[in-house]
Amino acid sequence: MSTTAAQKFLQDAAVKSADLMHREVIRRGMESYDAAHLKGRARINDWEAARQKCQEIKREAINHLDRYLLQFEEKITARGGHVFWAANSEEACTYVKDLATRRGVRTVVKSKSMVTEEIHLGPALEKAGIKVWETDFGEFIVQLREEGPYHIVTPAMHLLRGQIATLFQEKLGQKIESDDPAYLMAVARRVLRQAFFSAEMGISGANFLVADAGVIAISTNEGNGRLCTSVPRIHVVVTGIEKVIPRLEDLAVLWPVLATSGTGQGITTYGTLIGGPRRPSEADGPEEFHVVLVDNGRSQLLADAEQREVLHCIRCGACLNICPVFRHVGGHTYGTTYPGPIGSVLTPHLNGIKEFKHLSYASSLCGACTSVCPVKIDLHHHLLQNRRNATEAGATKSSERLMFRAWRNAMLHPSIYALGGWSMRKALRIVYGLGLAGSILDPMRVWNRYRSPVPLPSESFRARWRKDRAAN
Amino acid sequence: MQRKVSLFVPCFVDQLLPEVAVDTVKVLRRIGYTVEFPEDQTCCGQPAFNTGYWDEARPCAEHFVQVFKNADIVVCPSGSCVTMVRTFYPDLLATSSLRDDAITLASRTFELSEFLVKVAAVTQVGATFPHSVTYHASCHGLRELHLRDEPLQLLRHVNGLKLIEMTRYDECCGFGGTFALKFADISAAMGNSKADSVAATGAEFVTAIDPSCLLHLQGILGKRHAAPRTIYLASILAHDGSTQKSAAQKSSAQETT
Repeated sequence: MSTTAAQKFLQDAAVKSADLMHREVIRRGMESYDAAHLKGRARINDWEAARQKCQEIKREAINHLDRYLLQFEEKITARGGHVFWAANSEEACTYVKDLATRRGVRTVVKSKSMVTEEIHLGPALEKAGIKVWETDFGEFIVQLREEGPYHIVTPAMHLLRGQIATLFQEKLGQKIESDDPAYLMAVARRVLRQAFFSAEMGISGANFLVADAGVIAISTNEGNGRLCTSVPRIHVVVTGIEKVIPRLEDLAVLWPVLATSGTGQGITTYGTLIGGPRRPSEADGPEEFHVVLVDNGRSQLLADAEQREVLHCIRCGACLNICPVFRHVGGHTYGTTYPGPIGSVLTPHLNGIKEFKHLSYASSLCGACTSVCPVKIDLHHHLLQNRRNATEAGATKSSERLMFRAWRNAMLHPSIYALGGWSMRKALRIVYGLGLAGSILDPMRVWNRYRSPVPLPSESFRARWRKDRAAN
Repeated sequence: MQRKVSLFVPCFVDQLLPEVAVDTVKVLRRIGYTVEFPEDQTCCGQPAFNTGYWDEARPCAEHFVQVFKNADIVVCPSGSCVTMVRTFYPDLLATSSLRDDAITLASRTFELSEFLVKVAAVTQVGATFPHSVTYHASCHGLRELHLRDEPLQLLRHVNGLKLIEMTRYDECCGFGGTFALKFADISAAMGNSKADSVAATGAEFVTAIDPSCLLHLQGILGKRHAAPRTIYLASILAHDGSTQKSAAQKSSAQETT
């Protein structure tokens, strides 16, 4: 029998949560993020008002998604760009692959894009014999390691610089003399520079699609995004349909809020707006410009009034950073493109509730994610709704269902409840008295594996209350 | 007019931590309230609700509303269980005939520190507790009920109490109800991180407004044989000086039972 996603999650979570080295690396990374994030928030006069504004913008966009997307498409097309509507991963990958084949593309440079991860575009192109270079430094590293991004903003945050130096030594075929970050970056830059100038196609994502101006907006820090979108003769944008926003002026709040939530920056180093291929008067830019609008389950989520706002997400990663579960199990354990709270909410919608419901249960429902979300998605309550959807779809164990039915019946009868509680305490006291705590006979053995046994008073509160009342 | 509150005792408090409820009664009486305990109450339904079994949780919620609907004020020593009533009942019972009762009950149900500070307008309850204490901000109290400062105001007014702040005081202890059993590895790892933060303060006690967090932390700390001890907020507030020694002993007795 093959391992299910849920079994694999449990196994990986057990390993990672006990890996103190991993915990320390993530703790350090998150602590520097926390400090930057707090400082960044302090730069914004009224953070709550900014969140509110971002929520309103995204709500308006999502509620009128059809209109804004068509407006965006019209502008792009008018400038000679192409817009392709992809219903799913396969359609999106086929479009890009066919385009690349038709144009004789042998090398592709990519800037960072989670949607291309979601649809597995890189492997699809490689399979067609096309060399794909990830040019974001973190993505470049995880690509060399043949693994997915660990985090949606900082893909290689789980690695120490020594590990990166060793990796470069092994994979780049050159002598690596130091693990100094600037040196390692220079090595990567030299390698990638050649890729940029040999590539016939550049692929990017988009942080926002601006409807009224008809441009894509990209926030980056490394400069690789600009090279990907301007040097090769074809530029393909692969993005989700939910990225559209109504107006150019909305970027005035969305850009700084995204940067603040993502990395604690006031604004990212580069903010790029692109609306089509190179015009006759322009010195550089691609000859061809394509936008692939990926649905891949999103319009189904749009139809769900209760959870539609999940499409507000701007992929800043703030919910991952604050999540105590993410901090302990790490990004790869989730086994999904989008890890952390947003991934646990979204993945059952994109990839099926039956296979991915466990992620919605893998949360203490602490609500830290919701408290930091810059577009105010009610993340932890959506986890509760996913859980309810899972039980309603009959995707949970029938033994669990029977247990809760029995439990409900007891709770409706105070005397049965009281008797049940008394018997449970009595039974546990006997088991523990025999020194069998943690054994197969101990119904609390899962608890007791990591914790000392719960207190087992001889009398419940209600018994004491009744006695006191009788005495007075 | 006599001031009266109805006590809502969470099932796990009733069964495992009766001292928490006893101390809650003590504090409420000391500030002049009469306390009644409706004996037909059972569980608010949260375990089923949080596990996705809303159809099983709903009758429990309806039972709860029936039991408490005539109470003027309901006070509960747990932010999490109050969250169930206040935040989730209106949704859970949206199509129930008890919906309106649930909504009014939601607005009359208070977590203990919230009741003391916001309703009774008391921050000085006449408690003495000459120990160092660190405070863990329980998630539901903090992020669902928005109780940030209320418990701290009460602690600052306790005679002799030395409050020590812990780093990441608002990070989850890892309990999360059935999460602690379904994902025991993750839950325990989170609990141990929390226990590290607690231990780093050097405080004698860790307190919170949710006895469920403390039950978890007590288990984690107990397994590590580590100081400090856990003590629920009301159990600190119940100390009037004369019983300080016995209460500190009681807390440690709870730990080793």
